[in-house]
Amino acid sequence: MMDFLASVFGSSNYWFIVVRSTAPILLVTLGAVVTEQAGIKNMALEGSMLWAALTGVLASAWTGSPWIGLAAGIAAGVAIALILGLFALKLDANAVLVGIALNLLSTGGTVFVLFSITGDKGISSSLPSKVLPMVSVPLLRDIPWLGKVLSGQNLVVYLSAAAVVVIHVILNKMTIGRRIRATGENVEAARAAGIDPDRIKFFTLVISGILAGLAGCFLSMGYTSNFTSGISAGRGYVANAAQVVAGGTAVGSIFAALIFGVTDALATFLQSRGLPPELIQALPYAVTILGFVVVTLIRDKREAARKLKLFAGKDDR
Amino acid sequence: METILQAVDLCKVYGNGTAANKFVNLTVRRGEILGLVGENGAGKSTLMKVVYGEEAPSSGSLLLDGKPVRFGSSRDAIAAGIGMVHQHFMLVPSLTLAENLVLGREPRKKSGMYDLDRAVRIAEELSAKYNLRIIPWARVVDVSVSMRQKLEILKTLYRGARILILDEPTSVLTPQETDELFAELKALRDKGQTIIFISHKLGEVFQLCDRVTVMRDGAVIGTHDIGDVDRQTISNEMVGREVRLTLDKTPAAPGATALEVRDLSFVDDFGITMVDRVSFSLRKGEVLGVVGVDGNGQSELVRILTGHARTLTGSVRKGEEDLTNAPPRRIRKAGVAHVAEDRMTVGAALPASIADNLLADRYSEPAFTGGGGFLRRSAIQAEAKGIVERFDIRCSSPNQSVASLSGGNMQKVVIGREFTAAADVLVVSQPTRGVDIGAIEFIHRTILSMRDEGKAILLVSSDLGEVLSLSDSLIVMHAGRIVAWFPEASAVTDKELGLYMLGLKTQDEKEIRKVLHA
Repeated sequence: MMDFLASVFGSSNYWFIVVRSTAPILLVTLGAVVTEQAGIKNMALEGSMLWAALTGVLASAWTGSPWIGLAAGIAAGVAIALILGLFALKLDANAVLVGIALNLLSTGGTVFVLFSITGDKGISSSLPSKVLPMVSVPLLRDIPWLGKVLSGQNLVVYLSAAAVVVIHVILNKMTIGRRIRATGENVEAARAAGIDPDRIKFFTLVISGILAGLAGCFLSMGYTSNFTSGISAGRGYVANAAQVVAGGTAVGSIFAALIFGVTDALATFLQSRGLPPELIQALPYAVTILGFVVVTLIRDKREAARKLKLFAGKDDR
Repeated sequence: METILQAVDLCKVYGNGTAANKFVNLTVRRGEILGLVGENGAGKSTLMKVVYGEEAPSSGSLLLDGKPVRFGSSRDAIAAGIGMVHQHFMLVPSLTLAENLVLGREPRKKSGMYDLDRAVRIAEELSAKYNLRIIPWARVVDVSVSMRQKLEILKTLYRGARILILDEPTSVLTPQETDELFAELKALRDKGQTIIFISHKLGEVFQLCDRVTVMRDGAVIGTHDIGDVDRQTISNEMVGREVRLTLDKTPAAPGATALEVRDLSFVDDFGITMVDRVSFSLRKGEVLGVVGVDGNGQSELVRILTGHARTLTGSVRKGEEDLTNAPPRRIRKAGVAHVAEDRMTVGAALPASIADNLLADRYSEPAFTGGGGFLRRSAIQAEAKGIVERFDIRCSSPNQSVASLSGGNMQKVVIGREFTAAADVLVVSQPTRGVDIGAIEFIHRTILSMRDEGKAILLVSSDLGEVLSLSDSLIVMHAGRIVAWFPEASAVTDKELGLYMLGLKTQDEKEIRKVLHA
């Protein structure tokens, strides 16, 4: 088994899959980070992904264009986020409960729509849907080993890397970033400064909807080439846990998403080893929860140690 | 002097039928400091909310520079040149002072990005112009309360305020910081600013204001030039009857040690040592006052003593019993009662009834819980009725929810429960915060009568006058440490205390150790 793992971790093929698996979870984690910074939990990321994945497939099949499919998918992702905003911000419902309700609705709703159109409850393979292109990156592809990992990925993988930069700039370099933080940290202070907290929260919801929409389209138009029922597979929920691991930063999101990506890719490889597939499929989630627990424990421990140290430091007065 | 702001026959009736303002007429002159005084619920806050655009008046009008104005929100009021410094600061802790200052009206680079350098420069310039010293690049969590307040004032000035409303600004300051603030406010006034100063501390109103307007029951009772009135007149106008401003207090007869506190320490989430090896002994039959600027460890000390926080070091003992880091229930069982500083979150369960709140610490006693764990409603009602009468809690029935009571009556519920608990040690924190003068008088007398019964009382309050008049002896806390002990509270002046509160003076170790009474 050790030999097997060593050969897996050494292969560029494995890391290629890691990057591919990380991209969608990275996108939704960024979405979760942005809304959390503004003080609203977007539990409906899962629903956004599902509708985006389905809408992307349908629109690309009808128009024959993956780009129109992508645009329509993103619009669907944003729509779900806006519905959450409408209920949570305008009608004062609990955001987490609305999010879960929307996810349940999405799980059943996407299958219903799929069945109504294709007559199949499981997969959209009867539709001539398009996929988003792979990109071979000049220069990068010529680097030995690394080129094999990073070049030739789907367009959305590169977009997810760009998203990290964009979110980092929004949160740290732009005026709106300060306003987002003010809203999340002390909503009264934000309001007193003439900021409309609801507008800020809607803004972050739209961003998270775009990101989740992008992730959803990737799943059905790149990662695989069909919509299948439950295609998001809980990634929207994982994102809300990963957001904590990310510590509220765009850069931290990469690390948090990688935990999922590394194990998700590993599961793909382990399937060839004759382990029960159900167990293997559960692995990425188990590891994410474990990562979540470990990071929280480390933070708590560090916090306690820091306190003791700070206190002991006052001894030599 | 010309009038800058005027309220004419202003009424505000809330949805539930409460008339918070009844035909209020208020005149504010350009370049004056106007004091607005009144008990809690007198309508000061409502009036200011209307002026600041947070509430729309039901009838009547508001004139600014002689022209009628109607504010849809505080944004309109800010645009018209009205600024407000709230009692609870409206700041974002993790952002810097400069970032907080410009929040909502941020400077941008040509590229449209946030311009942090210019934000700092703006802060430096404003700070110099109005002589309100702040550190622009420090984060709000790291600076003192008085600097946060200066920042709040600068925030309103940055937004172009000509009329500045200050809501109880001195409640978090030491006497020295208060003097400093008053000097700064007078300087602002001399530069042409108009200031409305809301307070219930009459001494400060007389020290600072040019005129004073008194409110009671939603109406303006009178407006006076400060030179033409005395404190007694204003007090009587506020309460509507003769008030006794002094307490009759007999000398204390301290007995044996009731609570032995040794070497307690606490570090908060920001890594700041809030309590630093605090030791004292609390004796029976005495009120030991704890004095300090808010945020110097008093709250954390109380939380450790009552089981709401864990100490890193040391011990708490009551007789033979070790109460170090014990849960609240065991501490209560051992005979330590706790009047929490925040009645809204810790002291009372707001949606629950008065009776349920009064019996929250004793419902499981056999007298109230019969066999099989069923509550005995009649016994509970009888006990609650007794406490309601004894503590003069104004309500229609003990089954009314605590949330529907006024601040003063809510506090009486908390006091009623804790003072009738089977306890001989009382940890009392901020007993009269936000309570009207009538109830304050009552609570103060009750605390003294508990002392005369031989109970040991630890009194923490940010109202210096209150601690000084009730305490027998005093400890002063600064930066989490006990910096002074005074065996005779009556022999100390507030100016002297201020020096210790600010950490400018510290008694030597030997003097402080005397509070151990060992």
